Amino acid sequence: MNTINITTPLDDTTIAGLKAGDRVFIEGIIYTARDAAHSRLREMINNNEALPIDLRGQVIYYVGPTPAAEGRVIGSAGPTTSTRMDIVTPMLLEKGLKGMIGKGDRSKAVIDAIVRNKCVYFAAVGGAGALIASSIVETEVVAFPELGTEAIRRLKVKDFPAIVAIDAYGNNLYMNGPNEYLARK
Amino acid sequence: MKQIDCNEVTKLVRDMCINMNIRMDAGIKEALENSLDSEDSPLARDIILDLLKNKDVAEGENIPLCQDTGMVFAFVELGQEVKITNGLLSEAINIGVRQGYEEGYLRKSVVACPLRRKNTGDNTPAIINYQLVEGDTFKIKLAAKGFGSENMSALKMLNPVDGWEGVKAFVLDTIRRAGGNCCPPIVVGVGIGGSFDKVASLAKQALLRDIGRPNAEAYIAVLEKELLDEVNQLGVGPQGFGGATTALALHIETYPTHIAGLPVALNINCHASRHGVIEL
Ligand code: SF4
Repeated sequence: MNTINITTPLDDTTIAGLKAGDRVFIEGIIYTARDAAHSRLREMINNNEALPIDLRGQVIYYVGPTPAAEGRVIGSAGPTTSTRMDIVTPMLLEKGLKGMIGKGDRSKAVIDAIVRNKCVYFAAVGGAGALIASSIVETEVVAFPELGTEAIRRLKVKDFPAIVAIDAYGNNLYMNGPNEYLARK
Repeated sequence: MKQIDCNEVTKLVRDMCINMNIRMDAGIKEALENSLDSEDSPLARDIILDLLKNKDVAEGENIPLCQDTGMVFAFVELGQEVKITNGLLSEAINIGVRQGYEEGYLRKSVVACPLRRKNTGDNTPAIINYQLVEGDTFKIKLAAKGFGSENMSALKMLNPVDGWEGVKAFVLDTIRRAGGNCCPPIVVGVGIGGSFDKVASLAKQALLRDIGRPNAEAYIAVLEKELLDEVNQLGVGPQGFGGATTALALHIETYPTHIAGLPVALNINCHASRHGVIEL
């Protein structure tokens, strides 16, 4: 298990150096988007409209935070289940998206698109929303404000804790992790 | 005759909505700490330690443990000799939920119509169940249930000949397939018996029990232990990345059933198991 500090936007060299099972700490800008925002993005792509953010090199975090109390940057902000985004994800990867942060395994179509486009899928610890929130230093709604908790936000993060779940070579920790554990027993 | 004031109920529901979302259940904390004794995968240990750190941050900064602050379930045990005053009980509970989710900065995660999906804006309505009991008992078991784990739950109408082995196979298969989606380590609620609707309710009730307290019936308690051990041999591990800690506890609730049936339901709860009891 390696621990690696990375910065966004992600470049090919960084992505090539990440292996499923590595722990990473992310610094830079990431964007939030979950179910409703993915539906909107899909609609825009299908209608050939310009997207509200340039996805090239970017990382999307599947999260719908709790409201921020006064004086706070953000409320609790852990990952939501990624598989609900699977239908839209390959489209976004074709548009240049390089990384995603969520929880849970991905579909075969998504894994194929990750390998084809040399991307990476990170897992954040599900249920650790308070801990993860401490790594978020700035937030700003940049699209779909009417979606509330589901709006697209630009987050500035420092030492955002994640785990490489599926790397650019298609290694999948959701398969390998349990299998290796069972083999050791 | 004992009188229960709806305003009092509202206030207690409000406070519990906030508290249970911010403070980790004592039983979960203990189970997480104990799991470190048997967990030898480095990544799995890291994840468990992160969850314990998360508890400290949530309490220290007064923010929810998890951003999915759930949909509220209330199981009300109402004594026949209790009189409710100052309003409707269901309304009192819903007002408490509304106040708690607003004032506690909790996420509003409920949509009014499952198909048109417009958010109700205040996390109501709660799902409320009533059970009439003897005497002047007034008890509300409250839970805020996240849907990452709810979505991985399942129900099956087995055949009587499938027996305990069939129940086990169903439970193990469901948890294996849920993988990391339900944020393991999980708490497992199993309902066995009753009918199609009753068994789902049994599984949910099983989750409301204090973490790790065995079923009062010794025969069932033995089965709980056997099945928990087998769940933890699946290797799913914390977050689905492999390890010995897949489930922190497994509770079974049963009910009589028909000669032709063996209903079984599995309700999964995550380590963010938020529940509490209001007694008046
Ligand atoms: S499954 Fe539980 S821990 Fe995971 S995101 Fe949902 S509520 Fe939080």
